Amino acid sequence: MNYTLARNATAAAVVVCGTLALLAAIVAVAGYAPGPALEALWRGSFGSWYSFTSATLVRATPLIIVGIATTLAFRAGVFNIGGEGQLLVGASLAAFVVLGVPAGAWSVPLGLGAGAIGGAVWAAIPAVMRHRFGVLEVITTLMLNAVAIQLVGWLVHGPLQEPTHVYPQSATIASPAQLPIIASGTRMHAGVALALLLAAGAWWFATQTAAGFRWRAVGANPHAAAVTGRIDVARTVFIVFVASGALAGLAGAVEVQGVALALYESLSPGYGYTAIAVALLARLDPRAVVPSALLFAALEAGAGAMQRDAGVPSVLVKIVEAALILVVLAFDARQRRRLAVAVVA
Amino acid sequence: MRDTAPAIVLRGITKRFGAVAALAGADVVVERGTVHALLGENGAGKTTLMRIAFGLVAPDEGTIERNGRALRLRTPLDAIAAGIGMVHQHFSLVPAMTVAENIALGGRGAFSTRDAVERVRRASVAAGLDVDPTALAADLSVSMQQRVEILKAFAHGATLLILDEPTAVLPPRDARALLSQLRDFARAGGAVVLITHKLREALSAADDVTVLRRGATVFHARVTDATEDRLVEALVGARAAPVQSTHGTPRGAPVLRAEGVGVEIDGVVRLTEASVSAHSGEIVGIASVEGNGERELLRVLVGTQPIARGSVERPARVAFIPEDRHRDALVDEFSLTENLALGDAARRRGRMAWRSLGAEAQRVMSAFDVRASAPSVLAATLSGGNQQRFVIGRALRDEPQAIVAENPSRGLDVRATAFVHDALRAARNRGSAVVVYSSDIDELVELCDRVIVCFAGRVREVPATAAAIGQALVGAAS
Repeated sequence: MNYTLARNATAAAVVVCGTLALLAAIVAVAGYAPGPALEALWRGSFGSWYSFTSATLVRATPLIIVGIATTLAFRAGVFNIGGEGQLLVGASLAAFVVLGVPAGAWSVPLGLGAGAIGGAVWAAIPAVMRHRFGVLEVITTLMLNAVAIQLVGWLVHGPLQEPTHVYPQSATIASPAQLPIIASGTRMHAGVALALLLAAGAWWFATQTAAGFRWRAVGANPHAAAVTGRIDVARTVFIVFVASGALAGLAGAVEVQGVALALYESLSPGYGYTAIAVALLARLDPRAVVPSALLFAALEAGAGAMQRDAGVPSVLVKIVEAALILVVLAFDARQRRRLAVAVVA
Repeated sequence: MRDTAPAIVLRGITKRFGAVAALAGADVVVERGTVHALLGENGAGKTTLMRIAFGLVAPDEGTIERNGRALRLRTPLDAIAAGIGMVHQHFSLVPAMTVAENIALGGRGAFSTRDAVERVRRASVAAGLDVDPTALAADLSVSMQQRVEILKAFAHGATLLILDEPTAVLPPRDARALLSQLRDFARAGGAVVLITHKLREALSAADDVTVLRRGATVFHARVTDATEDRLVEALVGARAAPVQSTHGTPRGAPVLRAEGVGVEIDGVVRLTEASVSAHSGEIVGIASVEGNGERELLRVLVGTQPIARGSVERPARVAFIPEDRHRDALVDEFSLTENLALGDAARRRGRMAWRSLGAEAQRVMSAFDVRASAPSVLAATLSGGNQQRFVIGRALRDEPQAIVAENPSRGLDVRATAFVHDALRAARNRGSAVVVYSSDIDELVELCDRVIVCFAGRVREVPATAAAIGQALVGAAS
């Protein structure tokens, strides 16, 4: 246990240092001074209590929740890359319910529940298509993302538009429906704590419960799961699909009730897509999703500060993120080949 | 036609795979204008010999002549150029393409759908094989797919057609039609090699017959000169007297029972009126040439194969040891403890008791001699013998009332095989009902108290001797 802990800590250190070195190199190649750029990045992400809580942690929250959804799904062999769409539909349903029902003490859980249901319903569509017709979910979930974006657009220009009909957004949700701020003077809302609890819960579920074990068995070898474990593989896949959609939808509700406080089109800067990268960098380990999400959130939070303070285009950070994913995937592939060689030998 | 040189002559062919001699001096002479049956039991070398004739396998020794001229085959392309076509047991059609596109695959130059369709239409009329050239391969029945494979061979100019167990996948009516079409093709000047294990089929459809046993040609004659008895003798050979399976426990009550079971998969009948029972304290062997319903029968007994007719009685705990360990029995990237837990994953509730499961895995490891440093190592890192010992230990650990094992010693060395046999005997002596399918007759004779043979989807109990099993496997009357 100590050995793996030390190894994981080393790996994390290597990833962080490598990321920073790569970013410095790219900034330099692009013709900017790396020193001030990295300093701005630091200031914007971890440099102060305010930037850490209000920029990094708040951005990490949807990444953690959707990252968990992606991790559980991929582990079970469900390639749900529709986190973005499920998040948006969850956000829409949460806004719809919270705005439509008189505000009260129940408003927060009601909105969160509505978000989870919205995401679950949106994921049920590709789940049924895979179950009934064998349609690849990689394609259907991706396409439904585009549909979800249009759906939000229609809602905020139509039925959910704010009363003055000027801005393309919904009315602001009442304060009883808003997630409480848990550190005064910051923007850190209760959703941050919820995300951390969910990450711990997902790890516990996957490793300690019989249902989680079945999910992992189905993903690792569906034939053995069916023949030796007598597991109903099709049913398990369906449940995993819907559950991962519910989590992504919950993340949408958290964004609406904790950060945006209204529904609008640019609610998610691609959290659903970045979450896939988060899950892959975490190598589909729910525990590692939290640091992985923090790294991506810090990069994005810092990128804003870098552009503002040092004049370095924030898009350079995107290049680093992409490089990070490629390195992790290549490393994973090499490890798997090594395992295969060990088996043959 | 008979006075011209033979369509193909394979002489003195030997082929070793590692220490195993698949072929040891096999000879076949296929005359033009004939259908030639190549008979043999499982592992006699029929398929290997014909893969050599099609350039898929290079022989260690021996010569090949085609129409009187020496032939060297480096790849199947050489064989196709020499007018040899082969239809394998598993078809190789692209499901998303039409029949015409599938047949045109591998051609050169511009592709015109209209020309391809027209060519296939003409070829199918000429060969008497009715196929719709515009149908998608994915929509075709198995019989139709086979026709397309044959047309594909004809389209490449094949005058010698090799078919590996072509009737195994066909309903009886289609099988008869296919055999008569093959005879027509031979009458028109072609030549056909029919790899088969079915005696009756060889006697009714072929002109000549060659029998292989343990990689060598042991019999060759015109069909008119061959009788069923002589063919059986050639196929099975003189076997050593069976080793008596020592058996301490008396046979008890029936534990596992199938009555009049019928199974259909995709409209093809796999099992008809199958009645089998296994009693407490006995090992029942299932003998079958692959594809005669044995797979379905085992899964009916285990309870994972739905049945169309009949009834099955099953005790609460039936352990299943599937043939393909990597696919069906183990999760390679799970630890041994996790793989142990997989055994009844569907019934588990609440939290996983990892600590006691780990102890249980440790017990299985020591009781069944699974050599691994700890229960926490990944299954993938174990050797094949250790993996199989673990799989068997997992199946037997809670003393199930019935055990169904499918080729449980496949791929294992002598020591590991003996271990598997001892474990199954011990389970029987404790009072379990054990059902074992094996593709090795000698293994069944050694291990089993009774033997049931599956042939063409029907089951029949035969005496537990190699000769009786061998005869029943090829469909000979007892």
